[in-house]
Amino acid sequence: MAKMSGSQALVEALKRQNVEVIFGIVGGAIIPVHDVLRDSGIRHILTRHEQCAAHAADGYARASGRPGVCMATSGPGATNLVTGIANAYLDSSPVVAFTGQVNTFSANSSYMIGRDAFQEADIIGITTPITKYNCQVKKASEIPKTVKLAFHLATTGRPGPALIDLPKNVQTEIDEMKFSGNVKVRGYKPKTEPHPIQVKKAVKLLLEAKRPIVLAGGGVIISNASPELLELAELLMMPVATTFMGKGCFPENHPLSLGDVGMHGTLVANKLMLEADVLLAVGTRFSDRTTGTLDEFCPDAKIIHVDIDAAEIGKNVKVDVPIVADAKETLRVIRQLLVHQLKQRENSPWFSRVKEFNEQFQSEMNSGDCDLKPPLLIKELRKILPENAILTTEVGQNQMWAALHFETRKPRTFISSGGLGTMGFGFPAALGAKVACPGCAVVDIAGDGSFRMTEQELACSVMEKIPVTVIVLNNSMLGMVAQWQRLFYDRRYSAVKLGSVPDFVKLAEAYGAEGVRVGSLKEFSEAMKKSLKSEVTTVIDVPISPEENVFPMIPAGKGLNNVISG
Amino acid sequence: MSKEQNHIISAIVEHKPGVLYMVSNMFRRRGFNIESISVGPTEQSDLARMTITVKGDERTVEQVVKQLNKLIDVIKVSRLHPASIVTRELALIKVRALDTKVRSDVINYADIFRARVVDVSSESLMVEITGTSDKIDAFLDLMKPFGVKEVARTGITALSRGVKSVKIE
Repeated sequence: MAKMSGSQALVEALKRQNVEVIFGIVGGAIIPVHDVLRDSGIRHILTRHEQCAAHAADGYARASGRPGVCMATSGPGATNLVTGIANAYLDSSPVVAFTGQVNTFSANSSYMIGRDAFQEADIIGITTPITKYNCQVKKASEIPKTVKLAFHLATTGRPGPALIDLPKNVQTEIDEMKFSGNVKVRGYKPKTEPHPIQVKKAVKLLLEAKRPIVLAGGGVIISNASPELLELAELLMMPVATTFMGKGCFPENHPLSLGDVGMHGTLVANKLMLEADVLLAVGTRFSDRTTGTLDEFCPDAKIIHVDIDAAEIGKNVKVDVPIVADAKETLRVIRQLLVHQLKQRENSPWFSRVKEFNEQFQSEMNSGDCDLKPPLLIKELRKILPENAILTTEVGQNQMWAALHFETRKPRTFISSGGLGTMGFGFPAALGAKVACPGCAVVDIAGDGSFRMTEQELACSVMEKIPVTVIVLNNSMLGMVAQWQRLFYDRRYSAVKLGSVPDFVKLAEAYGAEGVRVGSLKEFSEAMKKSLKSEVTTVIDVPISPEENVFPMIPAGKGLNNVISG
Repeated sequence: MSKEQNHIISAIVEHKPGVLYMVSNMFRRRGFNIESISVGPTEQSDLARMTITVKGDERTVEQVVKQLNKLIDVIKVSRLHPASIVTRELALIKVRALDTKVRSDVINYADIFRARVVDVSSESLMVEITGTSDKIDAFLDLMKPFGVKEVARTGITALSRGVKSVKIE
């Protein structure tokens, strides 16, 4: 037991969670915490908007697998975090957020909770539907336990964001603090071991399958199950399609890789999914962007669904074999049982078909004339970047080009806002990823519309010395919406023309970053290579045609067989 | 689609502020309909029991149970099967009763239903009735011709029959 203030207890509790970095912005109701942070040895990275603090913490978490921490003051500071928290919630990312709050009581003034005090917002009420756990601490002595609980809940089971709201008087209150002891949550017992009977059923289906496919989602990355997935797929010669969130969990240069499935999935993945007789879905929630209309999704397949969140099973898709458990453990157990029952498969009619499709698809994707087409640029980028480089994306056409054409080979090297689709995510997430993995090159594939939403973090990247590369695929348009208006609204453009301001080269320079505009693939290649050696962030402005579409595409509400290929 | 009907779900939750908000917010957000909800303390002071009546098909109710289980402060969720439970609801009903003929009719009906008159004024009677929802509906139908001025119903509360009980450490 030690006597200390709530703020000191918070910082001590964070150190005990091995927190090294906090992304945030200070403000009136969180000054006592920052007063202690100043000499704590924990690095505080001052973002220029709280939303970016949350996204950076999210990028940090996804790149490293460790929880990311962000902090903001009460009221607008806290509400500015909301988009970032919702983003982390939908993509199951372990972000722990701390917010200042007005006093729980106030002897001489009305600056207290419930009286609409200055910069008061009900952040607990606001974030309840977008956090896995949130809590307003009422007494300083509860801080150690609450912090431990928040990190435990954020990182175990299906991960997700947690938020702790800290009234200012609780930050300054001095009390005896107890840091030892385990947290016990009686309403929370994530099940990690798969049920043996269900596993047997899954093994039987897989043994009998003629055309099995794996659908691997973000859960495979979260549970670090890539090695197990690779072993199982190779044992059965079973092709692997990934969801958008699963991109990177299986090496995309592997002969069994089909790439992403869904609205902007690869032709081969979307076609072969329809032919599957057994689908092994792991760590995916069958989002509408993955499945298309459910009536036409894998019509002939028996579905095995592995997920650690029981509520995901049967939510969207009817399942034949439900397995509520950790992905890594389940894949390991399934393989173990299979190894004894069959020899390593070398070839099969199904694999020949996969191979044939993959080759045909590759040649189609490689055709193209103009020099600075986004797909070619992204393929060129792959050649330049080392395998461990991390790619983040914004949201829209840039994101879908990146997903389709960037051959991702390792988990945690493709980071994108999948569930919420948050424009402006990629750049702050890139900063977070770079902080987590300073030895890796980090590149944000951006569009001009998305980058404009969080470009102010150039200041953070320069001042905090976090060099990344931002590639702005600049069509002076909100390109994906423009594409929809072209295809489905008779070219009636509405509210999508952004114009040619700002000049991104000058903008970068104004922040002390490097800016360069490129007009050919060769120039891009040179600029990109140079940026990898630069000590400051580089913005590469790539003017592209506003008429460019992302293909293939399945229109919203259609089935996987309704591919438009351009 | 299987057909929609009422299902009774019993949830043991942490007895602390914000839990009712968390639960009702989950129902709102996911578009589940609460027909009724009753909340009260249990034999353990740190636990509360929520009895929730949900209208929906089998698949919806399965999702409701899973989504409830997912909430950290919800400790135990059970679906109560109509054949093996006792359900009760309480209603207070204020009936217009201007003359003695009506008053004695209302009192007679109340006796038959084992309800009690709990308040009398010059123009009305208030009746307290406890029982299954069907019984209360039937009594209300009988009162309608007299003129029902106000009704307050608690919603269903329920427990399983027999020796089985839910124990939470």
